[in-house]
Amino acid sequence: MLSTGQLQQLFSGAWITIQVTAYSAVIGTLIALVGGVASLSGSRLLRWFTRVYVEIFRGVSAIILLFWVYFTLPQLFGIFLTPLQAGMLALGTNMGAYGSEIARGAIQAIPKGQTEAAIAINLSPFHRLRHVVLPQAVVLMLPPFGNLLIEVMKASALVSLIDLSDLTERAQNLRTLRAATSLEIFTAVLVLYFLISASITLGVRALERRFGRGLDVGGGLGGAVK
Amino acid sequence: MATRENEPTSDGESAGGRPSPERPMVRFDSVTKAFGDNVVLDGLDFEVAAGEKLVIIGPSGSGKTTILRVLMTLERPDSGMIEVGGEHLYHEERGGKLVKASEKHVRRVRGKISMVFQHFFLFPHKTVLENITLGPVKALGVPKDEARERACKLLELVGMEGKHDQYPASLSGGQKQRVAIARALAMQPKVMLFDEVTSALDPELVGEVLGVLRDLALNTDMTMLLVTHEMGFAKEIGDRVVMFDNGRVVEEGPPRQMFSQPREARTRSFLDAVLDHE
Repeated sequence: MLSTGQLQQLFSGAWITIQVTAYSAVIGTLIALVGGVASLSGSRLLRWFTRVYVEIFRGVSAIILLFWVYFTLPQLFGIFLTPLQAGMLALGTNMGAYGSEIARGAIQAIPKGQTEAAIAINLSPFHRLRHVVLPQAVVLMLPPFGNLLIEVMKASALVSLIDLSDLTERAQNLRTLRAATSLEIFTAVLVLYFLISASITLGVRALERRFGRGLDVGGGLGGAVK
Repeated sequence: MATRENEPTSDGESAGGRPSPERPMVRFDSVTKAFGDNVVLDGLDFEVAAGEKLVIIGPSGSGKTTILRVLMTLERPDSGMIEVGGEHLYHEERGGKLVKASEKHVRRVRGKISMVFQHFFLFPHKTVLENITLGPVKALGVPKDEARERACKLLELVGMEGKHDQYPASLSGGQKQRVAIARALAMQPKVMLFDEVTSALDPELVGEVLGVLRDLALNTDMTMLLVTHEMGFAKEIGDRVVMFDNGRVVEEGPPRQMFSQPREARTRSFLDAVLDHE
């Protein structure tokens, strides 16, 4: 059996994993929302810029992105990041690229009549987005965003490669020290990862309920047309 | 609008202008709009007087809805000028020249107009009350409490009191449309546009919406443009009926004359076809 000390090590590793995931999610969500809106903007330059961003950051493997941020930025630009900063930057920009596409699809799925009704009550373009389109689009974004977030949480194990003591790194340590059997260690790690992902799922569900008020969630936007 | 951007107004008056009693509330000056090869507004000229209730009839695809959509700035005309309350909608004067209007100018002039749609387009994520207060609070800057108070009065007006906190999904079509009318009224527009507002309703729900429209037409001095297939209703509340086809006005006149003795064969055949169904 794992000793209390060993368990504590795993817990502190899990805490790092949660932090990396949470910070990445914040960065990724912001980029996704901005990117989703920008990819539908009237400005060609903005659309083009978003396209390039999405293709690059989606196309590059997360681990190379992480190494690039952590090892190359100091050499090229003299920018030194802590492992945690490098982790959330790499995973956040990566998540933002995927998320932009999700956000774009969700915004496009909102019936055009909603924007027209918002124009008929003379809302500014910003208010149309903020009060009419986005609140409805967010409901459509949430399920795929939940998936993405779980992907990011699992990908956060990559930060163990840049010496951040996350859950995976701690597990490797314990195994090297032969402090417990691999079976014990990795079963514990498996359970911990699952608990984190289950919490994400429950959290996203709660958000869906919160934002889905009035909307026929699951059956599309029933109230939108007719 | 590139072709006409720098041209002066046809009557040579200064742009922007001052609203005056003689001026029409709405004026179309050679307005053209085409979707691909399909010309839906073909050099349209027409005027609506302040307070007038204008009924627009015509076969589907004749462009009558486009008149309303161009006025609401949902579609941009290809060429021509539109004035609302004596001000250009799509143009503004800058340095003595008439140029394409800024978003700010369009928004200001658009504030005089609101619209009710065939398919309601209520905001499904907002309650009935929130649907009505959103525009006044965000676009007019009315304090929330005041907006709420006014919304309650409007809900009474359309016979929807006691439904404040419901979401649109729980309402019938007729109820949704009455809320949509209240939402448009909350903007205190000078001009109201009604785009086939009863066409998407079950027959037994048409009456309640027409009742609200009738009240508005008879008891307010708002200028109203109604695209409708309800000929009986048009006859009752319309000051003038315009028959529209192929992007042009075929014929216009007071309802009594238009419905009983239309001059144009096209109007006659359209009315025959429509009235046969009633």
